[in-house]
Amino acid sequence: MKLSRRDFFGAAGVGAAGVVALGAGGVAAGRAASAVEGGAAAGSTTGGAVPFEGTHQAGITTPAQDRLHFVAFDVTTDDRATLVRMLQAWTEAARRMTRGEDAGPVGAVTGNEYAPPDDTGEAIGLPPAGLTLTIGFGPTLFRTADGVDRFGLADRQPAELVELPAFAGEELRPEISGGDLCVQACADDPQVAVHAVRNLARIGQGVVGVRWSQLGFGRTSSTTSDQSTPRNLFGFKDGTDNLKADQPQALDRFVWVSGTGTWMDGGSYLVSRRIRMLIEVWDRQNLRDQQDTIGRTKGSGAPIGATEEFDPVDLGALPPTSHVALAHPSNAGTAILRRGYSFVDGSDGLGRLDAGLFFLCYQSDPATGFVQVQRNLRTDKMNEYVKHTSSGVFACPPGLSGPDDWWGSGLFA
Amino acid sequence: MRTRSTRRTALVAAGAASLALLAACGGGADAGSGGGEASDDIAVAASDTSCEVDATELEAGTHEFTVTNNGSSITEFYVYAEGDRIMGEVENIAPGVARSLLVELPAGDYQTACKPGMTGDGIRNALTVTGEAEQLSDDEALQAAVTDYTRYVTSQVTALQEQTQAFVAAVQAGDVAQAQALYPETRTYYERIEPVAESFGDLDPKIDARENDVEEGDAWTGFHVLERDLWATGDLSQSGPVADQLLSDVDDLATRVQSLELQPLDLANGALGLLDEIASSKITGEEDRYSHTDLWDFQANLDGSQAAITSLRPVIAEADPDLATALDEAFAATQAELAQFAAGDGFVLYTALTPAQVQGLSDSLNALAAQVSQVPAVVAG
Repeated sequence: MKLSRRDFFGAAGVGAAGVVALGAGGVAAGRAASAVEGGAAAGSTTGGAVPFEGTHQAGITTPAQDRLHFVAFDVTTDDRATLVRMLQAWTEAARRMTRGEDAGPVGAVTGNEYAPPDDTGEAIGLPPAGLTLTIGFGPTLFRTADGVDRFGLADRQPAELVELPAFAGEELRPEISGGDLCVQACADDPQVAVHAVRNLARIGQGVVGVRWSQLGFGRTSSTTSDQSTPRNLFGFKDGTDNLKADQPQALDRFVWVSGTGTWMDGGSYLVSRRIRMLIEVWDRQNLRDQQDTIGRTKGSGAPIGATEEFDPVDLGALPPTSHVALAHPSNAGTAILRRGYSFVDGSDGLGRLDAGLFFLCYQSDPATGFVQVQRNLRTDKMNEYVKHTSSGVFACPPGLSGPDDWWGSGLFA
Repeated sequence: MRTRSTRRTALVAAGAASLALLAACGGGADAGSGGGEASDDIAVAASDTSCEVDATELEAGTHEFTVTNNGSSITEFYVYAEGDRIMGEVENIAPGVARSLLVELPAGDYQTACKPGMTGDGIRNALTVTGEAEQLSDDEALQAAVTDYTRYVTSQVTALQEQTQAFVAAVQAGDVAQAQALYPETRTYYERIEPVAESFGDLDPKIDARENDVEEGDAWTGFHVLERDLWATGDLSQSGPVADQLLSDVDDLATRVQSLELQPLDLANGALGLLDEIASSKITGEEDRYSHTDLWDFQANLDGSQAAITSLRPVIAEADPDLATALDEAFAATQAELAQFAAGDGFVLYTALTPAQVQGLSDSLNALAAQVSQVPAVVAG
């Protein structure tokens, strides 16, 4: 049995029972979490591994991790077999990295010293950190903007997977929008997420090129009821009434694709929007205006007119153009699972932070999910403080059935 | 013209010398029977659109080709083995000039090529050689690769000396148009073998430093100073000493190359190094920031990388046939990507490329470099 380099660091540690229980490779999987966390983080989910295989892809309803590296790729080959081989190689690497192992079987610092290592090394000694890697396929994979069917996939394009309509006020930059493929890498350690994306890009060289990528430093949504609600860069709790993993009926209705008899059953559609927040303008608004804009109190997160965060929203008590009033499921008539992250991408050259929310949401159909919600936000008082600068829509297939399954097996069947 | 004919003689002499080296290192039983003497003289009539070789079948052994350039562009002549491994080449054949090439060919299928304008795949003809086939041990195959590539370096550096002389003469004469025309062509011979120059440490900075490579207080010399004078200021009145220094540094390079001792791994690493050069400074348009002739350098780096890999190709094909094929395909793909931007005897300026076109070149280069990065481990065995 080949031991991962991180076994070296893990030699002293025991514990991390949760990781070992996942079984993946036995010894190889067990190491790093125990070493780095050293038992001090007992009871924390930080460090553990999230199963890569299952009915649904991880990274959707699994607990939202703290860090994100999202990447969109364009496929640069026209050869279907080459693309399939790369997706298989990606799956293998993803399977390994989500277990906390090196991206390749040889590893970062062993092997032929005249060959480039098959792992880049910056995650040596780091635990799995709850890494999830979630793949999605964009509309242009099936048919280019010019209508070319490069990979014989045009007749497999789901009717739901179409470019989003234009929305009022958006200022999309094409070079950071769209993409043939996307990978959402989430982890509790930013270096683990970046390591995963970097290695997938490395493996994909010659088959795909990075179109754009986005880092997110803090989660802005909860996807399970036992997670506390985080705050976004407006300073407000975000995602209080998000769909949660423990609401299976709602997930089946709003998030998972089912009953289509296609390769997408068990999958979900992802919409990404980079939403720049004009935080300097926002910060000049008085507290009452800020609360009236959001529709919640800034301190507790309670809806206006209520006292506790999770009190039911009373639409009659909210300012009618507040964000919560317009976006809430009881008004929008639909629900989406949000999984966004805050970002700060340096500054904008005008003395202001280029900051905001990288909004990600999952739904069973973008038309009755994000599109319906966003259309309802036309009069949202929050629009004054946000600009959508990037947009993407992707079909995320169901989870992998077992150790031989690979990303895209259903689509390319 | 007198200078040129003298140099022609010198080149043939150099070719014969390295041929003797080749025969000494790895020649088969019959290959040396001619003792480096060619039994024939095959005429090659090159023009801008044709390449007529006066032979399609040859016996194994040493052959001489005499290439006459009847066209209007500088041309080159190559004999390629499978996978475009260069068996012999003659560079820098100016219009109206004839040059000779001595090459030892074991039995096999070859292609000849004229490259008017020094770019692209060239005008190809099939050449079949019958008789004794080459049987080399692994070590002999590696040594043959080194000999092959060493000969390539020698021929490039000789052409570099000649071309630099002409370029420097134009600068000294204050002929801006002529010097501008010669600048990218001259650099081609340098950029093809840049890792070799870099191996001498002090020479590459003297010949090829860009302004921001030079530390405060150090003198900035070489091609890029003259590039600035030619394109940014148009003032050659102070350029004389820099031009003289360049010629002297190039001559120094040529002298040092004569005692060059390469290892097989140097070829593999050099091939990757040349692609890294493209990725770090040509694809960004940083290299030739005044003239914007970066695509000439791109082509030269690419050709130099390919020359090193094709020298190693028999070794690679033996150890990892799939990699050999993948390398062939990846080089062809990048050559084709770049060929889209050929214009006249050269290329469009870097500034004429759209971001999408630069992206296409970069994607293609990444795909190629990923394959080339596998070669050192194969060579190291």
